[in-house]
Amino acid sequence: MEVLFHNVRELVDRANKEQKLISEIMIEQEILITGRSRAEIMAQMDRNLTVMEEAVEKGLNGVRSTSGLTGGDAVLLQAYMKKGNTLSGELMLDAVSKAVATNEVNAAMGTICATPTAGSAGVVPGTLFAVKNKLNPTREQMIRYLFNAGAFGFVVANNASISGAAGGCQAEVGSAAGMAAAAIVEMAGGSPEQSSTAFAITLKNMLGLVCDPVAGLVEVPCVKRNAMGASNSLVAADMALAGVTSRIPCDEVIDAMYKIGQTMPTALKETAQGGLAATPTGKWLEAKIFGGAVVSSGN
Amino acid sequence: MKFKSVFDIIGPVMIGPSSSHTAGAARIGRVARDLFGKQPTWAKIHLYGSFAETYKGHGTDVAIIGGLLDYDTFDERIKTAFEDAKKAGLSFEFIPETANTEHPNTARIVIGDDKQEMSMVGISIGGGKTEITELNGFPLRLSGNLAAILVVHEDRSGCIANVANCLAKYDINIGHMEVSRKEKGNMALMVIEVDQTVEEDILEEIGKLPNITQVTRIAD
Repeated sequence: MEVLFHNVRELVDRANKEQKLISEIMIEQEILITGRSRAEIMAQMDRNLTVMEEAVEKGLNGVRSTSGLTGGDAVLLQAYMKKGNTLSGELMLDAVSKAVATNEVNAAMGTICATPTAGSAGVVPGTLFAVKNKLNPTREQMIRYLFNAGAFGFVVANNASISGAAGGCQAEVGSAAGMAAAAIVEMAGGSPEQSSTAFAITLKNMLGLVCDPVAGLVEVPCVKRNAMGASNSLVAADMALAGVTSRIPCDEVIDAMYKIGQTMPTALKETAQGGLAATPTGKWLEAKIFGGAVVSSGN
Repeated sequence: MKFKSVFDIIGPVMIGPSSSHTAGAARIGRVARDLFGKQPTWAKIHLYGSFAETYKGHGTDVAIIGGLLDYDTFDERIKTAFEDAKKAGLSFEFIPETANTEHPNTARIVIGDDKQEMSMVGISIGGGKTEITELNGFPLRLSGNLAAILVVHEDRSGCIANVANCLAKYDINIGHMEVSRKEKGNMALMVIEVDQTVEEDILEEIGKLPNITQVTRIAD
Protein backbone atom coordinates (compact mmCIF):
# COMPACT_ATOMS: atom_id res chain seq x y z
CA MET A 1 0.00 0.00 0.00
CA GLU A 2 1.36 3.37 -1.00
CA VAL A 3 1.24 6.01 1.72
CA LEU A 4 2.46 9.57 1.90
CA PHE A 5 4.17 9.12 5.26
CA HIS A 6 5.29 6.24 7.47
CA ASN A 7 6.47 8.30 10.41
CA VAL A 8 6.36 11.80 11.83
CA ARG A 9 9.63 12.81 10.15
CA GLU A 10 8.25 12.00 6.69
CA LEU A 11 4.99 13.74 7.56
CA VAL A 12 6.72 16.97 8.62
CA ASP A 13 9.19 16.89 5.71
CA ARG A 14 6.39 16.47 3.19
CA ALA A 15 4.39 19.29 4.76
CA ASN A 16 7.43 21.57 4.64
CA LYS A 17 8.45 20.64 1.11
CA GLU A 18 4.95 21.09 -0.28
CA GLN A 19 4.20 24.10 1.93
CA LYS A 20 1.07 22.40 3.23
CA LEU A 21 -0.54 21.89 6.60
CA ILE A 22 -0.22 18.48 8.26
CA SER A 23 -4.01 18.21 8.13
CA GLU A 24 -3.84 18.65 4.35
CA ILE A 25 -1.30 15.81 3.98
CA MET A 26 -3.64 13.58 6.01
CA ILE A 27 -6.61 14.48 3.80
CA GLU A 28 -4.57 13.81 0.64
CA GLN A 29 -3.46 10.45 1.99
CA GLU A 30 -7.05 9.51 2.80
CA ILE A 31 -8.06 10.34 -0.77
CA LEU A 32 -5.13 8.29 -2.09
CA ILE A 33 -5.83 5.24 0.07
CA THR A 34 -9.60 5.07 -0.09
CA GLY A 35 -10.23 6.57 -3.51
CA ARG A 36 -13.05 8.59 -1.98
CA SER A 37 -13.58 12.24 -2.86
CA ARG A 38 -12.37 15.12 -0.71
CA ALA A 39 -15.97 16.22 -0.19
CA GLU A 40 -16.99 12.80 1.13
CA ILE A 41 -14.00 12.63 3.47
CA MET A 42 -14.56 16.14 4.81
CA ALA A 43 -18.26 15.37 5.30
CA GLN A 44 -17.50 12.23 7.31
CA MET A 45 -15.13 14.12 9.58
CA ASP A 46 -17.74 16.85 9.93
CA ARG A 47 -20.20 14.22 11.20
CA ASN A 48 -17.61 12.92 13.68
CA LEU A 49 -17.11 16.50 14.89
CA THR A 50 -20.85 16.79 15.46
CA VAL A 51 -20.86 13.58 17.52
CA MET A 52 -18.07 15.07 19.64
CA GLU A 53 -19.99 18.32 20.14
CA GLU A 54 -23.09 16.46 21.21
CA ALA A 55 -21.17 14.27 23.64
CA VAL A 56 -19.57 17.32 25.29
CA GLU A 57 -22.93 19.02 25.56
CA LYS A 58 -24.54 15.94 27.07
CA GLY A 59 -21.72 15.56 29.60
CA LEU A 60 -21.88 19.24 30.61
CA ASN A 61 -25.56 18.75 31.39
CA GLY A 62 -24.61 15.96 33.76
CA VAL A 63 -24.57 12.18 33.28
CA ARG A 64 -23.92 9.24 35.60
CA SER A 65 -22.64 5.76 34.75
CA THR A 66 -24.55 2.60 35.65
CA SER A 67 -21.93 1.66 38.26
CA GLY A 68 -22.19 5.12 39.82
CA LEU A 69 -18.40 5.47 39.79
CA THR A 70 -18.31 8.44 37.44
CA GLY A 71 -20.43 11.36 36.30
CA GLY A 72 -21.12 14.90 37.35
CA ASP A 73 -17.53 16.15 37.52
CA ALA A 74 -17.80 18.15 34.29
CA VAL A 75 -20.74 19.98 35.86
CA LEU A 76 -18.71 20.70 39.02
CA LEU A 77 -15.81 22.06 36.99
CA GLN A 78 -17.99 24.37 34.88
CA ALA A 79 -19.71 25.73 37.99
CA TYR A 80 -16.31 26.33 39.61
CA MET A 81 -15.05 28.15 36.52
CA LYS A 82 -18.03 30.47 36.55
CA LYS A 83 -16.95 31.78 39.95
CA GLY A 84 -13.92 33.20 38.16
CA ASN A 85 -11.21 32.26 40.65
CA THR A 86 -9.58 29.37 38.82
CA LEU A 87 -5.89 28.85 39.49
CA SER A 88 -4.91 27.12 36.26
CA GLY A 89 -6.93 29.44 34.04
CA GLU A 90 -10.25 29.36 32.29
CA LEU A 91 -9.14 27.85 28.96
CA MET A 92 -7.29 25.08 30.78
CA LEU A 93 -10.23 24.14 32.97
CA ASP A 94 -12.64 24.47 30.07
CA ALA A 95 -10.59 21.88 28.16
CA VAL A 96 -10.39 19.67 31.25
CA SER A 97 -14.14 19.87 31.91
CA LYS A 98 -15.00 19.08 28.28
CA ALA A 99 -12.60 16.14 28.20
CA VAL A 100 -14.21 14.88 31.42
CA ALA A 101 -17.68 15.48 29.95
CA THR A 102 -16.90 13.29 26.94
CA ASN A 103 -15.51 10.44 29.03
CA GLU A 104 -18.40 10.61 31.48
CA VAL A 105 -20.75 10.14 28.53
CA ASN A 106 -18.58 7.26 27.32
CA ALA A 107 -18.65 5.60 30.73
CA ALA A 108 -22.44 5.92 30.74
CA MET A 109 -22.55 3.97 27.45
CA GLY A 110 -23.45 7.11 25.52
CA THR A 111 -22.46 7.85 21.92
CA ILE A 112 -18.93 9.15 21.38
CA CYS A 113 -16.31 9.25 18.65
CA ALA A 114 -13.18 7.24 19.51
CA THR A 115 -10.07 9.48 19.31
CA PRO A 116 -8.06 7.28 19.01
CA THR A 117 -9.93 5.03 21.45
CA ALA A 118 -13.08 5.35 23.53
CA GLY A 119 -11.21 5.38 26.84
CA SER A 120 -9.16 8.32 25.56
CA ALA A 121 -11.97 9.98 23.62
CA GLY A 122 -12.10 13.12 25.78
CA VAL A 123 -8.72 14.70 25.13
CA VAL A 124 -8.99 15.72 21.47
CA PRO A 125 -12.54 17.15 21.60
CA GLY A 126 -12.01 18.60 25.10
CA THR A 127 -9.06 20.68 23.96
CA LEU A 128 -10.69 21.52 20.62
CA PHE A 129 -13.85 23.00 22.09
CA ALA A 130 -11.85 24.97 24.66
CA VAL A 131 -9.23 26.33 22.24
CA LYS A 132 -12.08 27.19 19.88
CA ASN A 133 -13.25 29.97 22.19
CA LYS A 134 -9.80 31.56 22.10
CA LEU A 135 -8.86 31.11 18.42
CA ASN A 136 -12.33 31.41 16.82
CA PRO A 137 -11.67 28.86 14.07
CA THR A 138 -13.94 28.25 11.09
CA ARG A 139 -15.82 24.95 10.89
CA GLU A 140 -13.24 23.79 8.33
CA GLN A 141 -10.38 24.62 10.69
CA MET A 142 -12.09 22.55 13.39
CA ILE A 143 -12.38 19.64 10.97
CA ARG A 144 -8.71 20.12 10.08
CA TYR A 145 -7.87 19.91 13.79
CA LEU A 146 -9.16 16.33 13.68
CA PHE A 147 -7.18 15.49 10.52
CA ASN A 148 -3.99 16.82 12.07
CA ALA A 149 -4.63 14.77 15.22
CA GLY A 150 -5.49 11.81 13.00
CA ALA A 151 -2.17 12.06 11.13
CA PHE A 152 -0.18 11.67 14.35
CA GLY A 153 -2.50 8.94 15.61
CA PHE A 154 -2.06 7.12 12.31
CA VAL A 155 1.71 6.99 12.83
CA VAL A 156 1.40 5.83 16.43
CA ALA A 157 -1.20 3.16 15.61
CA ASN A 158 0.93 1.71 12.83
CA ASN A 159 4.40 2.09 14.35
CA ALA A 160 3.53 1.46 18.00
CA SER A 161 0.08 0.92 19.49
CA ILE A 162 -3.06 2.74 20.56
CA SER A 163 -4.36 -0.20 22.59
CA GLY A 164 -4.34 -0.15 26.39
CA ALA A 165 -4.33 -3.94 26.42
CA ALA A 166 -1.20 -3.93 24.26
CA GLY A 167 0.62 -0.81 25.48
CA GLY A 168 -0.97 0.58 28.63
CA CYS A 169 -2.60 3.99 29.11
CA GLN A 170 0.42 5.72 27.57
CA ALA A 171 -0.75 4.20 24.26
CA GLU A 172 -4.27 5.53 24.72
CA VAL A 173 -4.40 8.79 26.68
CA GLY A 174 -0.70 9.36 25.93
CA SER A 175 -1.35 9.13 22.20
CA ALA A 176 -4.55 11.16 22.44
CA ALA A 177 -2.80 13.94 24.35
CA GLY A 178 0.05 14.05 21.84
CA MET A 179 -2.45 14.17 18.98
CA ALA A 180 -4.31 17.04 20.65
CA ALA A 181 -1.09 18.98 21.27
CA ALA A 182 -0.06 18.67 17.62
CA ALA A 183 -3.51 19.79 16.46
CA ILE A 184 -3.61 22.78 18.83
CA VAL A 185 -0.30 23.95 17.38
CA GLU A 186 -1.61 23.82 13.82
CA MET A 187 -4.79 25.67 14.74
CA ALA A 188 -2.75 28.32 16.56
CA GLY A 189 -0.67 28.90 13.45
CA GLY A 190 2.44 26.95 14.47
CA SER A 191 4.65 25.06 12.03
CA PRO A 192 4.51 21.33 11.22
CA GLU A 193 7.79 20.97 13.12
CA GLN A 194 6.21 22.60 16.17
CA SER A 195 3.28 20.17 15.95
CA SER A 196 5.77 17.33 16.01
CA THR A 197 7.57 18.89 18.98
CA ALA A 198 4.32 19.36 20.89
CA PHE A 199 3.45 15.70 20.30
CA ALA A 200 6.90 14.59 21.48
CA ILE A 201 6.85 16.73 24.63
CA THR A 202 3.37 15.46 25.54
CA LEU A 203 4.06 11.78 25.02
CA LYS A 204 7.42 12.01 26.82
CA ASN A 205 5.50 13.08 29.88
CA MET A 206 3.02 10.24 29.66
CA LEU A 207 5.51 7.43 29.07
CA GLY A 208 5.05 4.50 31.38
CA LEU A 209 1.46 5.30 32.23
CA VAL A 210 -0.26 2.01 33.00
CA CYS A 211 -3.80 0.87 32.22
CA ASP A 212 -5.33 -0.19 35.54
CA PRO A 213 -9.09 0.34 35.38
CA VAL A 214 -10.93 -0.35 38.62
CA ALA A 215 -13.30 -3.31 38.14
CA GLY A 216 -12.28 -3.29 34.47
CA LEU A 217 -14.57 -0.34 33.89
CA VAL A 218 -13.50 2.58 31.66
CA GLU A 219 -14.16 4.98 34.53
CA VAL A 220 -11.61 5.08 37.34
CA PRO A 221 -9.03 6.42 36.63
CA CYS A 222 -9.78 6.85 32.90
CA VAL A 223 -11.99 9.93 33.18
CA LYS A 224 -9.42 11.88 35.19
CA ARG A 225 -6.55 10.68 33.02
CA ASN A 226 -8.34 12.34 30.11
CA ALA A 227 -8.49 15.53 32.17
CA MET A 228 -4.75 15.41 32.76
CA GLY A 229 -4.09 14.41 29.16
CA ALA A 230 -5.90 17.55 28.02
CA SER A 231 -3.92 19.80 30.37
CA ASN A 232 -0.67 18.13 29.34
CA SER A 233 -1.37 18.79 25.67
CA LEU A 234 -2.16 22.47 26.22
CA VAL A 235 1.07 23.05 28.13
CA ALA A 236 3.10 21.14 25.54
CA ALA A 237 1.49 23.10 22.69
CA ASP A 238 2.39 26.37 24.41
CA MET A 239 5.95 25.15 24.97
CA ALA A 240 6.34 24.19 21.30
CA LEU A 241 4.84 27.50 20.14
CA ALA A 242 7.28 29.31 22.43
CA GLY A 243 10.14 27.68 20.54
CA VAL A 244 11.06 24.98 23.03
CA THR A 245 12.30 21.87 21.20
CA SER A 246 12.46 18.19 22.10
CA ARG A 247 15.91 16.65 22.41
CA ILE A 248 14.46 13.25 21.54
CA PRO A 249 12.84 13.25 18.08
CA CYS A 250 9.12 12.52 17.94
CA ASP A 251 9.46 9.15 16.18
CA GLU A 252 11.96 7.95 18.78
CA VAL A 253 9.58 8.94 21.58
CA ILE A 254 6.86 6.89 19.86
CA ASP A 255 9.26 3.97 19.55
CA ALA A 256 10.18 4.29 23.24
CA MET A 257 6.48 4.22 24.13
CA TYR A 258 6.05 1.04 22.11
CA LYS A 259 8.98 -0.70 23.78
CA ILE A 260 7.85 0.36 27.24
CA GLY A 261 4.42 -1.07 26.41
CA GLN A 262 5.93 -4.37 25.36
CA THR A 263 7.86 -4.75 28.60
CA MET A 264 4.97 -3.57 30.80
CA PRO A 265 3.57 -6.40 32.95
CA THR A 266 0.22 -7.85 31.81
CA ALA A 267 -1.27 -6.94 35.19
CA LEU A 268 -0.93 -3.28 34.15
CA LYS A 269 -2.37 -3.61 30.66
CA GLU A 270 -6.15 -3.43 30.92
CA THR A 271 -6.58 -6.65 32.89
CA ALA A 272 -7.78 -4.92 36.07
CA GLN A 273 -5.26 -6.98 38.06
CA GLY A 274 -2.71 -4.35 39.07
CA GLY A 275 -2.25 -0.69 39.91
CA LEU A 276 -5.31 1.19 41.12
CA ALA A 277 -7.53 -1.78 40.29
CA ALA A 278 -5.62 -3.87 42.83
CA THR A 279 -5.80 -1.34 45.69
CA PRO A 280 -8.02 -2.25 48.67
CA THR A 281 -10.56 0.37 47.61
CA GLY A 282 -10.34 -0.71 43.98
CA LYS A 283 -11.07 -4.29 44.98
CA TRP A 284 -13.84 -3.20 47.31
CA LEU A 285 -15.50 -1.20 44.54
CA GLU A 286 -15.22 -4.15 42.19
CA ALA A 287 -16.94 -6.43 44.70
CA LYS A 288 -19.65 -3.83 45.30
CA ILE A 289 -20.36 -3.31 41.62
CA PHE A 290 -20.42 -6.91 40.53
CA GLY A 291 -22.12 -7.95 43.73
CA GLY A 292 -25.04 -5.91 42.44
CA ALA A 293 -24.95 -3.12 45.02
CA VAL A 294 -25.01 0.51 43.99
CA VAL A 295 -21.89 2.52 44.68
CA SER A 296 -22.57 6.05 45.75
CA SER A 297 -19.06 7.45 46.24
CA GLY A 298 -17.24 9.53 43.63
CA ASN A 299 -14.04 8.37 41.91
CA MET B 1 -0.05 -1.17 7.80
CA LYS B 2 -2.85 -2.27 10.07
CA PHE B 3 -4.50 1.13 10.32
CA LYS B 4 -5.19 2.45 6.85
CA SER B 5 -7.73 5.21 7.25
CA VAL B 6 -7.78 8.37 9.34
CA PHE B 7 -11.23 7.20 10.42
CA ASP B 8 -9.61 4.22 12.14
CA ILE B 9 -8.03 6.87 14.38
CA ILE B 10 -10.73 9.57 14.55
CA GLY B 11 -13.56 7.07 14.84
CA PRO B 12 -15.54 4.94 14.98
CA VAL B 13 -18.63 6.68 16.27
CA MET B 14 -19.70 4.23 18.92
CA ILE B 15 -21.52 3.44 22.12
CA GLY B 16 -19.07 3.52 25.05
CA PRO B 17 -17.20 2.59 27.03
CA SER B 18 -14.30 0.92 25.17
CA SER B 19 -13.26 1.00 21.51
CA SER B 20 -11.43 -2.31 21.73
CA HIS B 21 -13.70 -4.07 24.22
CA THR B 22 -17.06 -2.64 23.12
CA ALA B 23 -16.88 -1.35 19.51
CA GLY B 24 -14.30 -3.94 18.44
CA ALA B 25 -16.30 -6.67 20.15
CA ALA B 26 -19.49 -5.58 18.38
CA ARG B 27 -17.65 -5.69 15.06
CA ILE B 28 -16.32 -9.19 15.73
CA GLY B 29 -19.85 -10.34 16.57
CA ARG B 30 -21.25 -8.72 13.45
CA VAL B 31 -18.64 -10.30 11.15
CA ALA B 32 -19.51 -13.68 12.69
CA ARG B 33 -23.16 -13.12 11.89
CA ASP B 34 -22.28 -11.98 8.36
CA LEU B 35 -20.19 -15.08 7.80
CA PHE B 36 -22.93 -17.31 9.17
CA GLY B 37 -25.31 -15.53 6.83
CA LYS B 38 -28.30 -15.47 9.14
CA GLN B 39 -29.41 -15.06 12.70
CA PRO B 40 -27.94 -17.92 14.79
CA THR B 41 -30.11 -19.51 17.48
CA TRP B 42 -27.26 -20.27 19.85
CA ALA B 43 -23.81 -18.86 20.58
CA LYS B 44 -20.87 -19.96 22.71
CA ILE B 45 -18.33 -17.20 23.16
CA HIS B 46 -14.90 -17.97 24.50
CA LEU B 47 -12.95 -14.95 25.76
CA TYR B 48 -9.19 -14.74 26.21
CA GLY B 49 -6.70 -12.35 27.80
CA SER B 50 -7.96 -8.88 28.66
CA PHE B 51 -11.34 -9.79 27.13
CA ALA B 52 -11.66 -12.60 29.69
CA GLU B 53 -10.59 -10.42 32.62
CA THR B 54 -12.65 -7.31 31.96
CA TYR B 55 -15.51 -8.20 29.64
CA LYS B 56 -18.26 -7.43 32.14
CA GLY B 57 -16.98 -3.95 32.93
CA HIS B 58 -16.50 -3.04 29.30
CA GLY B 59 -19.79 -4.34 28.02
CA THR B 60 -17.86 -6.74 25.76
CA ASP B 61 -20.58 -9.35 26.28
CA VAL B 62 -23.53 -7.14 25.30
CA ALA B 63 -21.49 -5.77 22.39
CA ILE B 64 -20.71 -9.21 20.94
CA ILE B 65 -24.35 -10.25 21.28
CA GLY B 66 -25.33 -6.91 19.72
CA GLY B 67 -23.03 -7.70 16.81
CA LEU B 68 -24.60 -11.14 16.44
CA LEU B 69 -27.94 -9.32 16.22
CA ASP B 70 -26.44 -7.21 13.39
CA TYR B 71 -26.09 -4.00 15.42
CA ASP B 72 -23.39 -1.54 14.36
CA THR B 73 -20.92 0.05 16.83
CA PHE B 74 -23.10 3.16 17.23
CA ASP B 75 -26.41 1.34 17.63
CA GLU B 76 -28.00 2.34 20.94
CA ARG B 77 -29.70 -1.06 21.07
CA ILE B 78 -26.31 -2.58 22.10
CA LYS B 79 -27.28 -1.66 25.66
CA THR B 80 -30.31 -3.94 25.56
CA ALA B 81 -28.73 -6.69 23.43
CA PHE B 82 -29.24 -9.40 26.08
CA GLU B 83 -32.98 -8.83 26.27
CA ASP B 84 -33.17 -8.39 22.48
CA ALA B 85 -31.38 -11.74 22.01
CA LYS B 86 -33.95 -13.45 24.19
CA LYS B 87 -36.74 -11.99 22.07
CA ALA B 88 -34.93 -12.96 18.86
CA GLY B 89 -34.54 -16.56 20.05
CA LEU B 90 -30.76 -16.44 20.46
CA SER B 91 -29.41 -18.26 23.50
CA PHE B 92 -25.82 -17.58 24.48
CA GLU B 93 -23.07 -18.44 26.90
CA PHE B 94 -19.80 -16.64 27.75
CA ILE B 95 -16.79 -18.71 28.70
CA PRO B 96 -13.76 -16.82 30.06
CA GLU B 97 -10.61 -18.82 29.23
CA THR B 98 -7.22 -18.75 30.91
CA ALA B 99 -5.13 -19.93 27.94
CA ASN B 100 -2.64 -17.43 26.53
CA THR B 101 -3.31 -16.17 23.04
CA GLU B 102 -1.08 -14.19 20.71
CA HIS B 103 -3.23 -11.09 21.09
CA PRO B 104 -4.64 -9.98 24.47
CA ASN B 105 -8.13 -9.25 23.12
CA THR B 106 -9.22 -12.48 21.52
CA ALA B 107 -12.67 -14.02 21.17
CA ARG B 108 -13.65 -17.38 19.70
CA ILE B 109 -17.26 -17.29 18.62
CA VAL B 110 -19.05 -20.56 17.98
CA ILE B 111 -22.54 -20.04 16.60
CA GLY B 112 -25.18 -22.13 14.94
CA ASP B 113 -28.78 -23.14 14.49
CA ASP B 114 -30.42 -26.55 14.14
CA LYS B 115 -28.76 -27.06 10.74
CA GLN B 116 -25.32 -25.47 10.75
CA GLU B 117 -22.47 -24.54 13.03
CA MET B 118 -19.61 -22.08 12.57
CA SER B 119 -16.51 -21.17 14.54
CA MET B 120 -14.55 -17.96 14.16
CA VAL B 121 -11.70 -16.26 16.00
CA GLY B 122 -11.52 -12.47 16.08
CA ILE B 123 -9.06 -10.11 17.70
CA SER B 124 -9.55 -6.48 18.64
CA ILE B 125 -6.32 -4.63 17.99
CA GLY B 126 -7.18 -1.15 19.31
CA GLY B 127 -9.34 1.82 18.45
CA GLY B 128 -12.22 -0.41 17.40
CA LYS B 129 -10.18 -2.08 14.67
CA THR B 130 -10.51 -5.84 14.41
CA GLU B 131 -9.06 -8.79 12.53
CA ILE B 132 -10.44 -12.22 11.87
CA THR B 133 -7.70 -14.79 12.35
CA GLU B 134 -9.52 -18.09 11.98
CA LEU B 135 -12.68 -19.43 10.39
CA ASN B 136 -13.95 -22.98 10.96
CA GLY B 137 -10.43 -24.07 11.81
CA PHE B 138 -8.95 -22.40 8.73
CA PRO B 139 -6.30 -19.88 9.70
CA LEU B 140 -6.87 -16.65 7.81
CA ARG B 141 -3.69 -14.99 6.71
CA LEU B 142 -4.88 -11.62 5.57
CA SER B 143 -2.21 -9.05 4.85
CA GLY B 144 -4.62 -6.35 5.96
CA ASN B 145 -3.32 -4.10 3.19
CA LEU B 146 -6.13 -4.85 0.80
CA ALA B 147 -9.87 -5.29 1.03
CA ALA B 148 -10.78 -8.95 1.15
CA ILE B 149 -13.74 -11.15 0.47
CA LEU B 150 -14.30 -14.51 2.10
CA VAL B 151 -16.17 -17.16 0.19
CA VAL B 152 -17.35 -20.27 2.01
CA HIS B 153 -18.22 -22.96 -0.51
CA GLU B 154 -18.66 -26.64 -1.16
CA ASP B 155 -15.46 -28.30 -2.33
CA ARG B 156 -16.53 -28.87 -5.94
CA SER B 157 -14.78 -28.33 -9.26
CA GLY B 158 -15.39 -25.02 -10.96
CA CYS B 159 -16.18 -23.03 -7.82
CA ILE B 160 -12.92 -21.12 -7.78
CA ALA B 161 -13.01 -20.44 -11.52
CA ASN B 162 -16.59 -19.16 -11.29
CA VAL B 163 -15.73 -16.69 -8.55
CA ALA B 164 -12.58 -15.50 -10.35
CA ASN B 165 -14.55 -15.05 -13.58
CA CYS B 166 -17.20 -13.03 -11.83
CA LEU B 167 -14.57 -10.68 -10.37
CA ALA B 168 -12.86 -10.41 -13.76
CA LYS B 169 -16.14 -9.40 -15.36
CA TYR B 170 -16.22 -6.30 -13.13
CA ASP B 171 -12.51 -5.51 -13.64
CA ILE B 172 -11.66 -6.42 -10.07
CA ASN B 173 -8.05 -7.49 -9.77
CA ILE B 174 -7.06 -10.23 -7.31
CA GLY B 175 -3.92 -9.26 -5.37
CA HIS B 176 -3.64 -12.41 -3.29
CA MET B 177 -5.76 -15.52 -2.99
CA GLU B 178 -5.78 -18.57 -0.78
CA VAL B 179 -7.94 -21.63 -1.00
CA SER B 180 -8.23 -24.22 1.71
CA ARG B 181 -10.47 -27.08 2.72
CA LYS B 182 -10.94 -29.30 5.73
CA GLU B 183 -11.58 -32.56 3.90
CA LYS B 184 -11.95 -33.49 0.26
CA GLY B 185 -15.48 -32.77 -0.97
CA ASN B 186 -16.44 -30.98 2.22
CA MET B 187 -16.53 -27.31 3.16
CA ALA B 188 -13.88 -25.07 1.66
CA LEU B 189 -12.86 -21.45 1.94
CA MET B 190 -11.51 -18.88 -0.49
CA VAL B 191 -9.81 -15.78 0.85
CA ILE B 192 -9.45 -13.24 -1.92
CA GLU B 193 -7.66 -9.94 -1.48
CA VAL B 194 -8.63 -7.44 -4.15
CA ASP B 195 -7.37 -4.07 -5.37
CA GLN B 196 -10.78 -2.54 -6.00
CA THR B 197 -13.87 -2.16 -3.88
CA VAL B 198 -16.28 -5.05 -4.33
CA GLU B 199 -19.76 -3.56 -4.32
CA GLU B 200 -22.71 -5.22 -2.63
CA ASP B 201 -24.36 -6.31 -5.90
CA ILE B 202 -21.20 -8.15 -6.98
CA LEU B 203 -21.13 -9.98 -3.64
CA GLU B 204 -24.73 -10.97 -4.22
CA GLU B 205 -23.90 -12.24 -7.68
CA ILE B 206 -21.06 -14.37 -6.32
CA GLY B 207 -23.41 -15.67 -3.62
CA LYS B 208 -25.77 -16.96 -6.27
CA LEU B 209 -23.09 -19.02 -8.06
CA PRO B 210 -23.40 -22.81 -7.69
CA ASN B 211 -22.10 -24.42 -4.48
CA ILE B 212 -21.36 -21.08 -2.80
CA THR B 213 -22.52 -21.05 0.82
CA GLN B 214 -21.62 -17.58 1.98
CA VAL B 215 -19.81 -14.46 0.80
CA THR B 216 -18.54 -11.72 3.09
CA ARG B 217 -16.40 -8.65 2.63
CA ILE B 218 -13.95 -7.77 5.38
CA ALA B 219 -11.15 -5.27 6.08
CA ASP B 220 -12.84 -2.35 4.33
